[in-house]
Amino acid sequence: MNHMTEEELIAYREGVTEERAAISEHLATCEQCRAEFDRIEAVLAALDTLPVPDPGADYGRRVWQQIAPRLPEKRLRWWQAWIEPRRLAALGAVAALIVVAFLAGRWTRHGREGDNVASREQVRERILIVAVGEHLGHSERMLVELSNAEPNNPAQKEINISAEQRRAEDLLEENRLYRQTALQEGDTGLASVLDDLERVLLDVAHSPDEVTPKQLEAIRQKIEARGILFKVRVVGKELQQRQEATQPAPEQANSTKKEGKV
Amino acid sequence: MNRMQPSVESPQAIADSDALAVERTLAGERDAFRVLVERHSQNVFRLAYRMTGNQHDAEEVVQEAFLRAYQKLGQFAARANFGTWVYRIAANYAIDRLRQRQKEEARREMPSAENRDGMENDPLARVADEAPTPERLTQSVELRKQMEQALAALSHAERTAFVMRHWEGCGIDEIAAVLESNSSAAKNTVFRAVQKLRQALQPLMETRAQARAMGTEP
Repeated sequence: MNHMTEEELIAYREGVTEERAAISEHLATCEQCRAEFDRIEAVLAALDTLPVPDPGADYGRRVWQQIAPRLPEKRLRWWQAWIEPRRLAALGAVAALIVVAFLAGRWTRHGREGDNVASREQVRERILIVAVGEHLGHSERMLVELSNAEPNNPAQKEINISAEQRRAEDLLEENRLYRQTALQEGDTGLASVLDDLERVLLDVAHSPDEVTPKQLEAIRQKIEARGILFKVRVVGKELQQRQEATQPAPEQANSTKKEGKV
Repeated sequence: MNRMQPSVESPQAIADSDALAVERTLAGERDAFRVLVERHSQNVFRLAYRMTGNQHDAEEVVQEAFLRAYQKLGQFAARANFGTWVYRIAANYAIDRLRQRQKEEARREMPSAENRDGMENDPLARVADEAPTPERLTQSVELRKQMEQALAALSHAERTAFVMRHWEGCGIDEIAAVLESNSSAAKNTVFRAVQKLRQALQPLMETRAQARAMGTEP
């Protein structure tokens, strides 16, 4: 009987041989080759015990945070950059915030001189609170509708979520703007919730237009696993309280709320 | 062979979702790349750690692999699998990192009489020189150290081939692409790696087995 070579046994163990059946048959009957194979196996099994550190469940997120500032910007032609719908929406949002801040600033100048700086700060904060509060409300409604989505009739195998997907795309751009603003304002708690929301919005925006009930369930599970609805509600409530606390006069708050919608 | 972590999503669903994220990134949506980074970082880290043998280098490899992937995304074939592609980039960068580290270590090392006789060039001799006493062998931590040394003694190509095949379950063609060789040479490299590891570790493991049989191991 011809015995197997070491190379053949290693190739068999590592699954890189085309003679798999023949080697397997030989090992079943040849004690000597079996013993040799077991020795190879023992060394590899010992190597398998070498640990690999667990970088943590949020490792992917940390990697993104580290590399994102180093990623080069999109290489678009200048006119493409300006006509991109989401960029237009974001520009609109920024423009609306600037106009509201300008008007609010003008309005506060009519107050006492000494209080002007503080008032302007408060107005700016209130604008952000109102705008983010509305954004969170819209996001919450979209996520709830998505979670409750069902096929139009029981025979339908796929559920169309294209409306939620489009809304998620729009909300995503707003979300980035508010997250950056919250970071600039030093509101890390709000920025963190917006960061979590952004990931969920990104998932929804990147989902297919039509999903199977199983895929929809996976999306729901992701939403639930991140507890994003709960966080959005809690922060929404907090913002509402902050809004009430910074509300100087009913007519001023009303005008701000109207303008704060972006 | 545990290349992919358990996931609720099927491999096809992941591939489809990856393809969409690649498409959107190429369309200029930079944040779409985040999905890819968050999904594949753990797997790339595992490969990088096994190739470099330390966490700091592994983390650097992961970051660099995704940065390179982003820069080269235009060259990524739509039909290909993003996970496999970024793996390949990471493996290539890990080899570069290992070479760089080797050069740095070589520069730091002072020439000695022992180095002049060429013994240090034989990695197996180096492992044998550091062979522990039976008492030390009784400790699993010592065996772990020996295994790490045996892995470190492999050539970069051998370590890459072994890690990619044995631990990450990569196909021979994929390994050949990273090593810039053909399938037959890649198979041969896997064989040489296992053979060297065996030569370095089997005597130690037999000593350990004897110690266990004699009841001297705790």
